[in-house]
Amino acid sequence: MAIILPEDPTPIAKVPSTENKTGGWRTFRPIIHYDKCIRCYICWKFCPDAAIHFAPPDAHPSPKEALAKFDTVEINYDYCKGCGICANECPVNAIELVLEEAGGEEE
Amino acid sequence: MHRLTIPEEEYMLSGHTACLGCGATIAMRYVLKALGKRTILSIPACCWAVIPGVYPHRNLEVPLLYTAFEVTGAAISGIREALDVMGKEDVNVVGFAGDGGTADIGLQALSAAAERGHNVFYIMYDNEAYMNTGIQRSGSTPMGAWTTTTPGGKKRMYKWEPKKSVAEIMVAHNIPYVATATIAYPEDMISKLRRAKEMKGPKFIQILSPCPTGWRYPPDKTVEVSRLAVQTNVFPLYEVVNGKYRITIKPKNPKPVKDYLMMQGRFRHLTEEEIARIQKHIDENWKALLKKERCSQED
Amino acid sequence: MKMILTGNESAAWGARLSRPKVVAAYPITPQTSIIETIASFIANGEMDARYIRVESEHSAMAACIAAQNTGVRTFTATSAHGLALMHEMLIWASGARLPIVMSVVNRAMAPPWSVWTDQLDTMAQRDTGWIQIYTENNQEVIDSIIMSYKIGEKHNILLPSMVIEDAFILSHTSEGVDIPEQEKVDEFLGEYDPAFKLDPDEPAGFGSLIMPEGPYMEFRYKMALAMEDARKETGEVVKEFNEIFGRNYSPFVEEYRTEDADAVMVVLGTIGSTAKDVVDNMRGEGYKVGVARVRYFRPFPVEEIRNIARKTNMLGVADRSYSFGPGANLYAETKSSLYGFTDIPVKNYVMGLGGRDITPKILEKVFKDMLLISKKGVVDKEVEWVGLQGDERWS
Repeated sequence: MAIILPEDPTPIAKVPSTENKTGGWRTFRPIIHYDKCIRCYICWKFCPDAAIHFAPPDAHPSPKEALAKFDTVEINYDYCKGCGICANECPVNAIELVLEEAGGEEE
Repeated sequence: MHRLTIPEEEYMLSGHTACLGCGATIAMRYVLKALGKRTILSIPACCWAVIPGVYPHRNLEVPLLYTAFEVTGAAISGIREALDVMGKEDVNVVGFAGDGGTADIGLQALSAAAERGHNVFYIMYDNEAYMNTGIQRSGSTPMGAWTTTTPGGKKRMYKWEPKKSVAEIMVAHNIPYVATATIAYPEDMISKLRRAKEMKGPKFIQILSPCPTGWRYPPDKTVEVSRLAVQTNVFPLYEVVNGKYRITIKPKNPKPVKDYLMMQGRFRHLTEEEIARIQKHIDENWKALLKKERCSQED
Repeated sequence: MKMILTGNESAAWGARLSRPKVVAAYPITPQTSIIETIASFIANGEMDARYIRVESEHSAMAACIAAQNTGVRTFTATSAHGLALMHEMLIWASGARLPIVMSVVNRAMAPPWSVWTDQLDTMAQRDTGWIQIYTENNQEVIDSIIMSYKIGEKHNILLPSMVIEDAFILSHTSEGVDIPEQEKVDEFLGEYDPAFKLDPDEPAGFGSLIMPEGPYMEFRYKMALAMEDARKETGEVVKEFNEIFGRNYSPFVEEYRTEDADAVMVVLGTIGSTAKDVVDNMRGEGYKVGVARVRYFRPFPVEEIRNIARKTNMLGVADRSYSFGPGANLYAETKSSLYGFTDIPVKNYVMGLGGRDITPKILEKVFKDMLLISKKGVVDKEVEWVGLQGDERWS
């Protein structure tokens, strides 16, 4: 029976935390209504979990032509804990929080 | 394309273990966005000793030296001197500590490091109590607050003493840069960090980092609470460059302190009279700050 | 090069020759002249190091830990209360596996205030994971500092070391010291090669949280293995040092006339030189006594103590500190090493606390008490305090 010892002499944490899918913590699921989104990126700016990223404009086209060239944003539900800051800060109320059970299965 | 008001580069990873709506986590995101990849952090016992996750996980794209509660000032001094002697003067050295580790147990080491003049950043992320151990009063807990060691009770044993002003203590060290910041104003915070980066010597920035768990408000209100702290003059945003004060955000029509207090469960017990006392205290502090700005900008 | 140096100047020379890049230090009697001497070396350009004048010993160790973790050799020095204040960071340094070297001048702990020699300060830190070497003369101070870097920095060891000297008896007493040549020390130590370091190109968290099911216990076990490796490698390093620098150190225990001894006194530090002198005189009078001077208390020389027990009929253990357990620490560990191995009598003599002089006369009386026990084969009293005021037996 071989004893399993860590390779390092002292704990040196090197594995990115993205291994932890903290989306499982979520009670409320933020849903972006892209028709309302004005591409201001305030949700991206304030996310404490860095769980909002940019996507190309055509990923979620805006009905407003002036916004057509601007990137859109997506919520990474693997990590979003559902704190709701994005919904609270959204200046046009384009983000809705729905109870996770009602929001259906994980994507 | 996307137009942003703060750097896009991300040095804080998802998958960390902070509470929902953690203000201290947003603070770290901005600090690293401002300072960039060539940065070494040291973090003592505090929420941020746990947020990166359990070994072998890390949630930062920069090296991090965990250290004991009271030694952040000494640790960043050691890192700085070692880097300099190795010719790595370009690397930013940052102490990132909570208010307990800064205002209380770590004040001695911080004071000494500041007095010695090492070329370091010290970030106090101020969530106004010992949050990692479960909301105990620190010297930075504000007047009137409930915590688990100022629980109220029949004797109304809340924290009645005024909040210790660590920023002012640091100004008294005659260091090149002292500032306050908060997460609702990322552009202000990042421009302060960038200004500090241009200066050699100790740089101290106190970041008000609301804590939904300890302040007793819903997690979606973190940014809103932070913003109200500024708009009520509870937490003024200013910088002191080589002794000269400049208030960076001046609310045109300050809101009543009551608006800020009543958002948070930790102040829910306050009577009208007590709220008036806190309002008076905040007004006096604000007036004193305006005076400091005026006087230090003269000549 | 021969020089007349105090123990503290020797410690400073040991540091200087080992070329630490960061020194963090705080004054405390009787250590202060170590860090003063280093300051003057740096001020005169004789030593190329950053000197951090910290505000406490606790911060001194914290700064050394951080600097060493950044990738450079470090040094500090302290005594008594300063060492006690460092306690938390001593455990941190060993757990972080940083081969820091520190001079410690043994001094009594207050109250009552006393700046004189007493080994409670270092004994109280015996479980911090540091290698501990107790020195007997100024030459051993300088040489041990150099050897400690070599041993601690080996990648299978990575443990910090305390090089310990008695207050005033060594720290402030001058004697002739042979200063090793810088080139030879450079060659002996080599460039510092850290096993890991803080590096912006390799993001990592040093010392992060571990849950009970995580490898906390395994990391502690690795430290235990490292201390065992230190036990093995010290012999080799001491042998190499002896050859290069013309010394004659025995690695763990210096035995003096133990071969046919009826009783052997086990000691630490400067009690050794007085005891050896007494042994010579008593041998002249026909008493068969010897001395075993323990150099390394950590790792503890279990095998060496057992070997000495094989050669003699009685061990008297002299402790310059007291532990409120089954006797003082050197005694307790000596006896524990012998348990189940031999049934020769072992007695603890507690002496010299707070710097009280340990004279040849006292040691002669202790040796005679030991010989009596050796003859009878049984210990009258396991722990004896020697030289208490009013106790005429030892004066």
